[in-house]
Parts: sequence; C-alpha cells; structure tokens
Amino acid sequence: MLEIKNLHVKLEEEDKQILKGVNLTVGAGQVHAIMGPNGSGKSTLSYVLSGRGGYEVTEGAATLNGTDLLDLEPEERAAAGLFLAFQYPVEIPGVGNMTFLRTAVNAQRKARGEDELSATDFLKVIRAKAKDLQIDAEMLKRPVNVGFSGGEKKRNEILQMAMLEPKMCILDETDSGLDVDAMKLVADGVNALRDAGRSFLVITHYQRLLDHIKPDVVHIMADGKIIKTGGPELALEVENNGYADLLEERV
Amino acid sequence: MTALDNQTEVRDGVDRETVETVQSMAGTYKYGWNTDIEMDYAPKGVNTDIVRLISGKNEEPEWMTDWRLSAYARWEKMTEPTWAMVHYPPIDYQDQYYYARPKSMDVKPKSLDDVDPKLLATYEKLGIPLKEQMVLAGVEGAEDVPAEGRKVAVDAVFDSVSVGTTFQAELKKAGVIFCSISEAIREHPELVKKYLGTVVPPSDNFFATLNSAVFSDGSFVYVPPGVRCPMELSTYFRINAENTGQFERTLIIADKGSYVSYLEGCTAPKRDTTQLHAAVVEIIIEEDAEVKYSTVQNWYPGDENGKGGIFNFVTKRADCRGDRAKVMWTQVETGSAVTWKYPSCILRGDDSQGEFYSIAIANNYQQADTGTKMVHLGKNTKSRIVSKGISAGKAQNTYRGLVSMHPKAKNSRNYTQCDSLLIGGDCGAHTVPYIEVRNNSSRVEHEATTSKVDDDQLFYCRQRGMDEEEAVALVVNGFCREVLQALPMEFAMEAQALVAISLEGSVG
Ligand SMILES: Nc1ncnc2c1ncn2[C@@H]1O[C@H](COP(=O)(O)OP(=O)(O)OP(=O)(O)O)[C@@H](O)[C@H]1O
Ligand SMILES: [Mg+2]
Repeated sequence: MLEIKNLHVKLEEEDKQILKGVNLTVGAGQVHAIMGPNGSGKSTLSYVLSGRGGYEVTEGAATLNGTDLLDLEPEERAAAGLFLAFQYPVEIPGVGNMTFLRTAVNAQRKARGEDELSATDFLKVIRAKAKDLQIDAEMLKRPVNVGFSGGEKKRNEILQMAMLEPKMCILDETDSGLDVDAMKLVADGVNALRDAGRSFLVITHYQRLLDHIKPDVVHIMADGKIIKTGGPELALEVENNGYADLLEERV
Repeated sequence: MTALDNQTEVRDGVDRETVETVQSMAGTYKYGWNTDIEMDYAPKGVNTDIVRLISGKNEEPEWMTDWRLSAYARWEKMTEPTWAMVHYPPIDYQDQYYYARPKSMDVKPKSLDDVDPKLLATYEKLGIPLKEQMVLAGVEGAEDVPAEGRKVAVDAVFDSVSVGTTFQAELKKAGVIFCSISEAIREHPELVKKYLGTVVPPSDNFFATLNSAVFSDGSFVYVPPGVRCPMELSTYFRINAENTGQFERTLIIADKGSYVSYLEGCTAPKRDTTQLHAAVVEIIIEEDAEVKYSTVQNWYPGDENGKGGIFNFVTKRADCRGDRAKVMWTQVETGSAVTWKYPSCILRGDDSQGEFYSIAIANNYQQADTGTKMVHLGKNTKSRIVSKGISAGKAQNTYRGLVSMHPKAKNSRNYTQCDSLLIGGDCGAHTVPYIEVRNNSSRVEHEATTSKVDDDQLFYCRQRGMDEEEAVALVVNGFCREVLQALPMEFAMEAQALVAISLEGSVG
C-alpha cells in the first residue's frame, strides 16, 4: 500500500534536516504504529506524505499503490486515497462542517470520475456516521472546528475519515486530548473501517490507544529515522521503560 | 425533516453550485459574451440635443425634459471628483454613446418565435427562467402562461432601455406598481414628480447630475400603504452595446407600513475598451415601512492585465422619512474595473434603522472604493455596517464609511465591523472611517480587522480533496458568511458562485 524509501527531508526556508532516511512499508489491510520522542519527525513525515508546503525532499521516494506521491498536488494525493487526521485540526470560520465535508467528498468523487453524492444521500450517510461517533447535529452545522473542544476536534477528524473512505489513513496523535470514553469511540470508529483494502499508520505516544486498535507492526522513530521495528510488544516496552534504552541501543 | 435540516440542505446545495460553477468556468468571466443584435444608436457624445433626444425617445412630458436640461446645465459646470482611492485614465464624455436600444423593440413580437433569438439566448445565459424570458422579450400574452416554482418579478434593462417587466398583472392586483421608469414617467407622473430627485437631488454629485440629464431607463416601484409586496422584485441590467454608457435610474417608494424586497443584478460583455456606468438609485421609506435592496454587481472587471472593464460610479441612497422606517442594503460587488459606490441611509424618522452588508472583491487590477454613509437625524435611530473586503492580485480595495450622529439624533447607535482579507502580497486593503458624533447620548462602535488567507486552512481543505481554487473559494465564502446570509436565497447562491469565479487565478 504505502512504501517509503530512504526519505530525506529538510525545511525549505532553512538548512535544517528533519527526516534523515525513513524506510517504511505498510501492506494492504495492515495497521502500523509509530511512536517516538517529541520532535523526532513523526508529524513532519505525515505532512510530507500529504503534500504540505514548506518542506523539501532531498532524497528518497514515497509511493501509494505504486503511484509516486511526492509528485502530486495535495488534493491529488487525497483523491488517490491518502488521508491525514491532523494533530492540530484547523479552524475554518464561517464554513459549516457539513458544507466542508460535502464539498470534500464531492471533489474527491469528481476527481475519481464518480457521480457526486446528492444532498439527500449525503445527509443520510453523514447522520449515521456522526451518530456512531456521538457527534450531534448541532456540531455538523457549526463552522469547521471553530470553538470545538480538543476531543471534539479529534472526533471530527475521524468523522471526516469515515465519510471520505480513504485507503491509507494516517492518524497523527488522534488519541491526545481524548477522555477514556472518547478514545473508545475513536478506536471503534477506526476498527469499523479496518478491512483488507485499507491501511493505517497510527502516530501515538500511548500504548492505551493500541490496546483498542491492535497494530500489526510498531516502529520507533528518533531523530528523523525509524530506529526499531517490532510487534505490539514494542509499544508495551516503551510504555514501561521510555525511550532511553532504545536510544542507547542505537549508538 | 425538520425546518433546520431543510436549511442545511439548501445551504449545502448552494455550496455544490459554487463548486460546479467554478469548475465549469475555469478562468474566464462568465457573462463575457456579446450579443450581436441590431441596435439603434443616438450619435456619440452628450449635449442638449442628446438630452432632448433621450427624453423624446421615451415620450416624456415637457416637465421631465426640462428637469433633465437643468441637470445638464448644472453638470456642464461641474468637475469630476478625485477624492476616491481609485485611478483611471481620463474619461472622454464625448466619446460615448448615451442611447442604444435593440431594433427588435420597435414592434411587439406575437410569440416566442418572433423574438430575436439572440435576445432570448442572452436572457437564458443570464439564468432568467423561460417564462420571464418570454415576458421580457415582449411576447404578447406571456403574462398568462403559468409559471413554475417561486415567483420573482423581473425587469430587464438591456443597454439603454427596459425590455419588459414580468408579473405586472399580479402585482397590479396587490396595488404594487413595478415598471420601467420611462413608463412610470408617462403613466404615473404624479408619483414620479413627487419623489424623483428628492433623495438624490440633481445637484448631488458629478455622476448623479450626469445621470439626471441622460438616464435612459431603469425601474420604478411603488408599494401602497400597508401592502406587503407578494413577490421579490428584481432587475437585470446588462450593458451590451460597445462604447455605450449605461445610466439607469431607479426609484423605489415604500408607502406607510409596506414592505418590499428588491434585487438587482448586473452583467456586461468583455470588451477591450472601458465602459461607463453611472446609476442613481433613490429609495423613499415612509412610516413603519421596510425595504431590502440587494445587489449582485458583476460588470466585466477587465482582463488580468487591467485592460477594459466597466467604470462603475453609482449613487444609491435611501431616505427613512417616517418613524420606524427600515432599510437594508446588501451588496456583493465582484465586477467592474473601478467601483465608486456608497449606498447610504438617511435616518430621518425617529426609531428608524439602516443596515449595510457588503462584500467587495477586487482581483487583478480592479479598484474598489466602496462603503456607506449612515446619517442619523432622528431620535433612537440605529445603524449597522458589516463590510467584508477581499483583495487579490494587484487590486486595491478601500472601505470608506461615514457615520454621522446629528445633535437631534439622541440615543442613537451605530455598530461597524469592517474586515479585510488579502490573498497574495501585491494587493492592498484600506479602511477609511469618518465618524462624527454631535450629541452625547449616542454611541458609535467601530471594529476593523485585516488578515491573510491562511495557508494552513488551504492545506487542510486540499488534504480533504479540494483543489486550490475551491479551497480559496470555500475559505473566502466562510469569511463573507454574515453578508451572504443577509441575501435572499436565490442571490446567495449566485453570490457564492461569483465569489469563486471572481477569485479565479488569484492563487498558485
Ligand atoms: N516549519 C518548521 N520550522 C522549524 N522547525 C520545524 C518546522 N517543522 C518541523 N520543525 C522541527 O522538526 C522537528 C520535528 O518536528 P515534528 O513536528 O515532526 O515532531 P513530532 O515527532 O511530530 O513531535 P511531537 O511528538 O511533539 O508531535 C522538530 O524539532 C521541529 O521543531
Ligand atoms: Mg507531532
């Protein structure tokens, strides 16, 4: 599904190297988790994959189902099935949540040569999905993320993911700021979407989320590289001992 | 489905429209085609003969001709104002046609088949429904054909003349007069005499005075006491002929306790040469009456290098003459190379209210200097100004507003909110508020913000699948939401689409 080879990334504006040779392959239907200390480059990786400006790829490649991602505009990557649940979801004043999502859904359908969803069909689908995530009708009408609580913003990201039905979902610290019940809702939302044709890359600091969303593979990222890859037990090890031992092992 | 859900659905529909329109238009001015119709022109230039000729073509009584001539005499002694923050090459007032009308208007067509198909095609492109197209084209008996859907009475002004007004009969039943101003001068001289020039006197300003001398047509509305106008009234103005100035004159009178909502839409073909438009709109609102006046101004803005476009110099003023009179101006100004326009409210009656909601978009080399004047004369008068200015490309956008509280306007209130949004680094936004408070019980509040389109917002939209132009349109529509919501539904859709179209090419 997603293949990242020797990815080197620096900031466009300054001479600061952030990713220093990331290698990562996520197979179809798999869930991979990335853990790692603050500032190690996890969010940067998700931004570069989704095409945010301000970064320069100096070496390496990233493909989604064989398509070169790095050559595409952000919206083309989205239409190809890449979705990023933002660590810090963005507020858009004056634009209704529902309007935003419908515009997005139809833009992707159009890009893929599919018919647009009618207003009625769209409403039917979004109501059902919002209900599962306990997002009320009121929140669907409010401007995108404006005045949402931290947890509401994260649930809203998962609603968007459920509506857009992407193939490759990157979740950047979606569990941060969620209370125990909300975490369960989000995890259920993710698990409901798990299938053979869809993969997940879950960035998190906590083992707890991985109790609910069982990963196939866990990676540890430090200083712009994946320094260790293992099974779910690796997350437990981090939870219990922190990163010190792992960082030590590396040198 | 609940009422709220219905609304969401419509709003959603609106947005899909925006997106579809943007995509189908890709980079061009939508109304930029030109209709090749045989026209009757008066000779170029302006002088007393031309003024007489226009008056004669409209079969006006002598008092009207004299009114025009005295305005012309005054105009000859006036000089063009230069205080606005707009720059344009000198206008040669003698190098314009002041009168043009489609030849086919000479004889009334019997059925749609007899109508100049090009005229019909024009209306169709403008999105005017078929039944209205028939009436507008002057088809006999078209009024009796049942119309589908919601009713909006339309008057269309094609270059210099009004080509027809729909739903006249039904409006007549309610006592509402809605016709072209030339017809009103002939058929309702007592009303025209009583009100014309009482809000914008012929001596008001350079452009208004010129208009008073040479206005060729426009719309007239009279709503009698206690009548709620049974449908929205609307006028489409279109400049088609080349080198032709359009000088329309609109007069709206809402008598005691009446209500009317009036919509105005404007388009013009693409031309390399600039074209002049100098309109005057006068609104009289008597005791307890209410008028909503909405404009979607989409005159041709010129090309991306600043060539061509409409020079739009407009004087619009509403006079809340009676106590508790209310007026609401809503404008979406996306077109024109140069816009000079300050729809104003004279709050004369006690407890009268004026509101002004504005979206002004300037892209490429467009220049907009627009705003409002709220003149508080009566006690307990209230006004509210919400202005959203969007600048892109090399455009300059100025909000110029006057709030004046006179000594007798005790306990009056004004609230002004003025937001500017910049797209790219070569454009400018300016806010010029003038505030005069001449009593100590009144209060004026003014808030202003200037911001840039946020890259994070654009990236967020694009990550969800929208292309850059869709993303900008969505963010800008969000920025304008308060004003868009003040528009009647039909116009809100058109306006959202226009916001998107007028910002094309502003990113990337
Ligand atoms: N635009 C930028 N300007 C300056 N520094 C940047 C920029 N973007 C990223 N960085 C730096 O790159 C490094 C990696 O940041 P990134 O946000 O990817 O870390 P992270 O692993 O997601 O951390 P966290 O766990 O705290 O979310 C940090 O040192 C950060 O300060
Ligand atoms: Mg991060």
